[in-house]
Amino acid sequence: MWQGVKPQSAAESERIGLGEIEAAFPNGIFPRKAIHEFVSTSPEHSAASDGFIGALLSILMENGAACVWVSTSRRLFPASLGAFNVEADRIIFMDAASEKDVLWITEEALKCEGLAAVVSELGSLSLIESRRLQLTVEQSGVTGFILRKDANKTASNVATARWQITPLPSGNEEGMPGLGFPRWQVELLKVRSGSPGSWMMQWSGDRFEEFVLEQKKIIAWPDEDRKVV
Amino acid sequence: MQKRYVSIWFRQLLADWQVLRRPELSGLPFVFVLPDHGRMLVTAVSPAALEMGIEIGMRAADAKAICPGLEVLDDKPGRAEKLLSGIGEWCIRYAPIVALDSFSLDGLLLDISGCAHLWGGEREYLKDIVSRLKSKGYVVRLAIADTPGAAWAVARFGKLTPLIKEGEHINALQTLPPEALRPEQITLDKLRKLGFYQIRSFMNMPRSVLRRRFGEDFLLRLAQALGTENEVLSPIKLPVLFSERLPCLEPVRTRKAIEIAIEKMLMALCKQLQAEGKGLRSGVLTCYRLDGQVLSVSIGTSGANHSVSHLFKLFQLKIDQIRPGLGIELFVLEAPKVDPVEVPQEEMWTSTPGLDDKSLLQLIDRVSGKVGPEVIRRYVPATRYWPERSINRARSIREKPIEQWNIDRPRPTELLQHPVAVEVMALIPDHPPRFFIYQGQRHLVVKADGPERIEREWWLDEGEHRDYYQVEDEKGCRYWIYRSGHYGLQKRHRWFLHGFFA
Repeated sequence: MWQGVKPQSAAESERIGLGEIEAAFPNGIFPRKAIHEFVSTSPEHSAASDGFIGALLSILMENGAACVWVSTSRRLFPASLGAFNVEADRIIFMDAASEKDVLWITEEALKCEGLAAVVSELGSLSLIESRRLQLTVEQSGVTGFILRKDANKTASNVATARWQITPLPSGNEEGMPGLGFPRWQVELLKVRSGSPGSWMMQWSGDRFEEFVLEQKKIIAWPDEDRKVV
Repeated sequence: MQKRYVSIWFRQLLADWQVLRRPELSGLPFVFVLPDHGRMLVTAVSPAALEMGIEIGMRAADAKAICPGLEVLDDKPGRAEKLLSGIGEWCIRYAPIVALDSFSLDGLLLDISGCAHLWGGEREYLKDIVSRLKSKGYVVRLAIADTPGAAWAVARFGKLTPLIKEGEHINALQTLPPEALRPEQITLDKLRKLGFYQIRSFMNMPRSVLRRRFGEDFLLRLAQALGTENEVLSPIKLPVLFSERLPCLEPVRTRKAIEIAIEKMLMALCKQLQAEGKGLRSGVLTCYRLDGQVLSVSIGTSGANHSVSHLFKLFQLKIDQIRPGLGIELFVLEAPKVDPVEVPQEEMWTSTPGLDDKSLLQLIDRVSGKVGPEVIRRYVPATRYWPERSINRARSIREKPIEQWNIDRPRPTELLQHPVAVEVMALIPDHPPRFFIYQGQRHLVVKADGPERIEREWWLDEGEHRDYYQVEDEKGCRYWIYRSGHYGLQKRHRWFLHGFFA
């Protein structure tokens, strides 16, 4: 077991509605007192990450708690979060000028026990910085999401999980025109004491659904094959 | 409680001040002059020059002719005012409300209601002010009365006693000349012409008669002196109700010592606030340095708060801005803005957290203290379709959205602040694009929804409407693209990319 990681028992925390993905985490539970890192390379992918986090927030904020979204150059459009069942007026945006301020605000926000989650858009996250955030989170129990929009700057850090969300062609019913529910390729690149994997998920307006094409679980989904879907 | 006022009249303010600076001038005739319409006019006269018959308003040349050895000094506009407000600030030791005498600019008015007993009575109080000012070198005349007007009159024209007892001010005014009512020069000339040499001769005349001859202004002055009309003093310094002082035995330089000082003052201040059910909204810490420099840092809170630990944390973020130099000898902590504090009912079970969660409010205070209040934003839906204006910034953390967030119209997860022009191939009149080129990359549109026409708010800005399409390319990436305006034969239609869907 890693230092500082306390296993959650299944009774004390509810499921987050991620289905199969939750089984990848230790004890089969999505860790709430943890730092989750989301990496993306292009704006399309970061929009997918935003959407995925929005969907997670809808479950984390169910009890009425607020959320803090820290960034330097925010593009998230609050009016879009209604599609993910999130009341955007319960999100407090803090648009700081420098990365240093973002880190400071993130740490301070993670200390707030009354918050459901803290989302922080950062360029990079070093080992020491991530360690500080992880220690804060263990104290307060707030879920931390680090959105790294520049995935090229990879540095090792102590985040519990590293996710990569990429968009997939949307799912609409047979023969129907237009766009359907958003679908994503959800990849868990790294999970501490868990098993990484890759899943295809669909947000069906109020819940996650795993959709199945031919195979249920595909590890290392190659980029070129995606148009088969 | 009966209001009591003191009027302090500096008989030769500038002359006294000049003698303080240049003691060799003491007893010599000298005047201050200012240029006015191409000649030099006397603005202040020393007692020796006054005896020789030199008056204020005389020409400098005439004055020199009367008194050959006269020293003529240059005056500066606003000097008397500056000097008076300096003395006024010193006078705050006697009463919290000290105002400049705005009529003649040669005195001060003090609201001393409830102050005199601290000096052992009004007589001792007057004596103390006079002797202290005299020891500094200023010759003053004082009077205490029930109204500022009466005090002003008695200080300048009273002959019997400067101490007018409660309710006696009307009697005291009776025998004074009409100048004592602070009238304008024209009114004064009229009064003299009509033979009014004492206030009592017209004091009891019907108001309508007085108004017809001397105007509304004169009646107001009379009423203010008699006390039937209220006179508002504008204090030099507004008294701060909640403040704490901490003088240091030894000048303080270290961070730890400053922290101890802040904590000590906060404890006293918060106790005071708590007793009155008030909470601090803004706080100012002023540090008086050994070398005479004054530094101040301020904090603000989003809601009334009297918790020592929270306020201390806010000040802690500001300590870096204090440069102690050689040392700080006096700390003053003031709370210029306080609000009634809402005491939440203690709940037995942990309540559901929300926007009014205490830890969140404290976080907001800390962030606005360190980074600035402008970085904190919260949005509520607006009843408008234009995407950039469909959200409003909430004015406060307590503002509730008036309506639900819209979910029937698709809006992109990420919205670009400025739409980016893209090249598009589309069928006319209103088909979605077949493909578009964004940042040099060609995206083949596989699925599309739309158009959703959003009209521009013509009462705000001019321009074309937008036809929005939701498109998905072959990789599954989703975009929000719009065409600006209609197709036309002459003009080139323009397409823009405005956002990314999740």
